[in-house]
Amino acid sequence: MRYLLFILMLASPAMAVEPSEMLADPVLEARARVISKGLRCVVCQNENIDDSNAGIAADLRVLVRERLTLGDTDEETMQYVVDRYGEYVLLKPTFFGSNMILWLMGPFLLLAGGFGAIVFIRGRGKQRPEEGLDADEQEKLARLLRD
Amino acid sequence: MFVELGQYALILAFVFAIVQAIIPMIGAQKGWNNWMVIAVPTAQIQFILLIGSFAALTYAFVVSDFSVQLVANNSHSDKPMLYKVTGVWANHEGSMLLWNLILAIFGAAVATFGNNLPPELRARVLSVQAMIGVAFLAFLIFTSNPFLRLDIPPINGNGLNPLLQDPGLAFHPPFLYLGYVGLSMAFSFAIAALIEGKVDAAWARWVRPWTLAAWVFLTIGIALGSWWAYYELGWGGYWFWDPVENSSFMPWLAATALLHSAIVVEKRDTLKAWTVLLAIIAFSFSLIGTFLVRSGILTSVHAFATDPARGTFVLGILAVAIGGALTLYAFRANTLKSHAVFSTFSRESGLVLNNLLLSVAAAVVLVGTLWPLVIEFTTGDKISVGAPFFDMAFTPFMVVLAMALPIGAILPWKRAKLGNSMKPLWGMMALSVALGTYVWATQTGGRMLAPIGLTLASWIILGAVADFANRSRFGQIPLRDSMRRLRNLPRSDWGKVLAHSGLGMIIFGISAVTAWETEDIRTTQFGERYELSGYYFTLNKVENLEGPNYDIVRAEILVEDGSKSWLMYPEKRNFIVQRMPTTEAAIDISLTRDVYIALGDPQEGGGYAVRIYIKPFVDWIWIGAMVMALGGLTSLFDRRYRVAAPSRKRAKPLAAPAE
Repeated sequence: MRYLLFILMLASPAMAVEPSEMLADPVLEARARVISKGLRCVVCQNENIDDSNAGIAADLRVLVRERLTLGDTDEETMQYVVDRYGEYVLLKPTFFGSNMILWLMGPFLLLAGGFGAIVFIRGRGKQRPEEGLDADEQEKLARLLRD
Repeated sequence: MFVELGQYALILAFVFAIVQAIIPMIGAQKGWNNWMVIAVPTAQIQFILLIGSFAALTYAFVVSDFSVQLVANNSHSDKPMLYKVTGVWANHEGSMLLWNLILAIFGAAVATFGNNLPPELRARVLSVQAMIGVAFLAFLIFTSNPFLRLDIPPINGNGLNPLLQDPGLAFHPPFLYLGYVGLSMAFSFAIAALIEGKVDAAWARWVRPWTLAAWVFLTIGIALGSWWAYYELGWGGYWFWDPVENSSFMPWLAATALLHSAIVVEKRDTLKAWTVLLAIIAFSFSLIGTFLVRSGILTSVHAFATDPARGTFVLGILAVAIGGALTLYAFRANTLKSHAVFSTFSRESGLVLNNLLLSVAAAVVLVGTLWPLVIEFTTGDKISVGAPFFDMAFTPFMVVLAMALPIGAILPWKRAKLGNSMKPLWGMMALSVALGTYVWATQTGGRMLAPIGLTLASWIILGAVADFANRSRFGQIPLRDSMRRLRNLPRSDWGKVLAHSGLGMIIFGISAVTAWETEDIRTTQFGERYELSGYYFTLNKVENLEGPNYDIVRAEILVEDGSKSWLMYPEKRNFIVQRMPTTEAAIDISLTRDVYIALGDPQEGGGYAVRIYIKPFVDWIWIGAMVMALGGLTSLFDRRYRVAAPSRKRAKPLAAPAE
């Protein structure tokens, strides 16, 4: 049941941005759309306000457009929303504090894993036999010679 | 009556699973053959019992037996027959029964077709498989029983979520589960190998086809889900980095890594310990995915805490399976040594790089998916990790993978001279860069996404072509001889070229639609004609119609592209039982672009809200995924995996009646 509930919330089926909400100035509207895609609809499951059909998402879309019309920059608009709704609305987590671990996990694992892989590959290469026999063949040869 | 039989069969299957988990394992340790062979009939009987149990539940749905709680909660007598049947697994309990059934199918397959396996290995594999079965059957019976009766049956059911009443989503879960659960085979083989302390080419030859099959199913399942989202949700999104999607994507990434590393084990007898670890990790991702989706922890940590029975149970399974497997691995991995030699530039090294990138990418998805939970548990703060994070943190690994792929794929085993191997590739590389540059020079707006994406996509596809041209010595020997050489290449080589080309097509589709999509959202008046990216649209009329269990509001829109014109019919459906609206976008599909129209609500002051998108090359994403799956399938039918063919005939009668 929860799964169903979840899908239900994920997929608000009707429209997201309504024509009535949109700004006449295409440049301003385009900026609003970009900002909206980075803001989470707080009552939805992992959905941004641009795609969401929830009432509160519509309110936020209008709020973003109001701030832009008042002359706020993109950053100021974002900050305005975060100040009121908390970091929860940011779909892209900040690059501060413990979130550093999240952001740096990929590069760190790549370096660590890459180091391990290089050590492994180097190790494989060093055992290169002079006669063109690989280790298994050498082992067999040794066994044959012993017998 | 049938429902009670289904319940009874379920409990019997649980008992047989317990027997199968214990007896063959002891037999294999002690070398008692008659204890080991118990695994074969128990696995087959379990399969038949679960087929029976599943059939009983399906029957209850088909005849709309509302005295069964699950049917009452999730079905309705007016629902089309197709969705009565698919409704069986469109809920928690039924889907877990399907999970167990698929687990039993895989177990029975090894029991039936595994005559050429060493008896100890088969006994251990089936025993581990049964342990997983015991855990999940217990989960089903004790926390999620699908056969519960109601004292007072309602007159009609609650119906199925309208969004699930769709062919794309109806068949999405079975494919995903075939993939998820198929990875249990690789897991069971890995555990058996750790117990025996032996991994050899024969082991890899057994593990690889199972992994490949699971991977093909996962690929199809994920593609179906993404396609469904595209046409159903009303704005043409196809991937959201949603935790549920990630839950299926992580096992896919791990399985992709695994089926590549298993090649190294099979062909070169090295990378053994890593491959065993990957097999464990791949199935662990399946379990984590099951936990995330089934526990409700994703919706909210609090939802998990208020009804913890199911979540705790799966978490317990998770801890025992993953913890136990990794502990066993820590003690036994050092027995899996190999002495194969290869140099820095070799196919082996290429596949190590493939595994490194895919594993790190999977880890990034895992950490991103779990991070909000980690933060909430440790600090109590609520944060979100969404698409913008994954786009930034995941994509670079895929870019590097795409750059390295054609080179790694063309390098010979053991030792390569990079200069020699690269010879057939230089031309293709130049051509791909030229294509990218051309796109960059001609497009309006300066986004680098399309040029880079197109360069990488064509590099992968052309690289695969170059590989084939090289191997058939195209241009060096008469054409007819080249064609003959091409025909005689092993199926697995064809599979490789197909799967890699499929990846190229996906990359092309994603970058093209992301960079070049155009949209128009407006209040449209009847008869008003307007333009978007060279297409002209006119709203002719809006009418009300009736569907089988929903009402329809349907618009007729005239589309003209200069040379021809056609009509499109976007709909809104209102499901009567659930009082829930869904959008049915009208999509005009072609290889170069989709015209995507979604109908919105009537507006104050007349007219309707209409959203129109032109989505260039978007279908390449799913065509690419299908080509990829076809590649896996082709590889699966390679001659060297058909070693089990003779024994198949002999064993067939046992499994035949149930299929």
